[in-house]
Amino acid sequence: MAHIPDGVLSWPVLAAGGVVAAAAVAIGVRALDEQRIPRVAIVAAAFFALSLFSIPLGPSSVHLLLSGLMGLILGVAIFPAVLAALLLQAVMFGFGGLTSIGVNTINIALPGAIAGMIFAPLVAQADVSRAAFYGGVCAACAVLGTGLLVSLSLYASSPDFAVSSRIVIFSYAPLLVVEALVTGFCVSFVKRVKPELLARTRSA
Amino acid sequence: MSLSSSLHVERETGLIEALDPRSRLIGAAVLVAAIVSLHTFTARFAALGLAIALVVAARIEPRLIVRRLAHLEGFMILLLIMLPLTVPGQPLASFGPLTITDRGVERAFGVVLTVNAAALCVFALIGTLEPIRLGRAMAALGVSERFVRLFMFVVRYHGIFGVEIRRQFESMRARGFRAGVRRHAFRSYGNLAGMILVRSIERAERVDEAMRCRGFSGRFPMRRIRSMTFADALFAAFAALMVITLVGLDRFA
Repeated sequence: MAHIPDGVLSWPVLAAGGVVAAAAVAIGVRALDEQRIPRVAIVAAAFFALSLFSIPLGPSSVHLLLSGLMGLILGVAIFPAVLAALLLQAVMFGFGGLTSIGVNTINIALPGAIAGMIFAPLVAQADVSRAAFYGGVCAACAVLGTGLLVSLSLYASSPDFAVSSRIVIFSYAPLLVVEALVTGFCVSFVKRVKPELLARTRSA
Repeated sequence: MSLSSSLHVERETGLIEALDPRSRLIGAAVLVAAIVSLHTFTARFAALGLAIALVVAARIEPRLIVRRLAHLEGFMILLLIMLPLTVPGQPLASFGPLTITDRGVERAFGVVLTVNAAALCVFALIGTLEPIRLGRAMAALGVSERFVRLFMFVVRYHGIFGVEIRRQFESMRARGFRAGVRRHAFRSYGNLAGMILVRSIERAERVDEAMRCRGFSGRFPMRRIRSMTFADALFAAFAALMVITLVGLDRFA
């Protein structure tokens, strides 16, 4: 449900999302120095591949967003990374809106970027188990933020969505729990195997 | 979904293939923008008809279309259940505390029509485009060169990581991994994701070094995009006509 299709949101919401996303992606792209583009892009490709992997959960399954982890590792480069992933999804699988691509980019990337900004210094300095905890909280915050933004996009689009928009948030609960756990364990792994990936140096 | 061949999607043979990627991109954007602006049912049905015609012209297998639309409806299902129950209007039927209203049903039906028409349009026009060609089209349309470069890397490498994920998951299963809502399962997924990320940064360093050894100047040579043809002019005229027809139907029918 993080990808809102075409035909649901109103024009003012779509336009606002488009403008904010364009600005955020521009900032993300500018922040990359020329030398780092291949590295960031290849890590972004790994994140995209991971988000396609579906995790069985009871009778259903979830796809991870990994936006909290992307915020930790990629920083503001999360904006172009998410936009590239959404575009690729549109051409590979034919879904994901065209008019809503700006809104979707912001809904996914903005909470990840903010959570990453807050938690990256904590994760970098903490020991393994505490870093794992911060990583999990970071992922949970990012998913919650995405749920709130999706809900807000619906709410602002039409009074008809007023009730639905509140219920949408609850549909994020399973994803929130799974993301927090997987991200926590993932941070714990990376912290032991290759801590410099989370060290907020310019390595990634 | 095939993870192994990320660089090619099934090569299409229909009419749409004759078009330049740029006109497909712009055409899809303009048509979808028109479709999402429609308010009347007449115009929405016309839009759905147009979208189906485009899918037929793109010669996409019906099986694929059904699978893709089903995926879309999965996203929409919550909204579809909620709208009839929560939009105020004349009651049509009630089940205990729940009441279905006429405006709610109308709203839900309208959303379904619009969403499907727009999705089929996107599917027909750009869902069959090779990712590399989309990248070239974006570059030709003046999208930031750095962003296009990042996009090209994601296109190039995500399939490789997809294969790595699958291979690693298979070896997990060979060692007796069972999915489930258990701490151990989530730890295994976390380790899997971590390993893929660690490998990705190591691969990124190797690729970066190899590129520098070969004197990468910071810019990919892009194959020159061919110029627009008569087919593109025809398509532009057709798209313009469709937009005028749909919006006209919406306003005056």
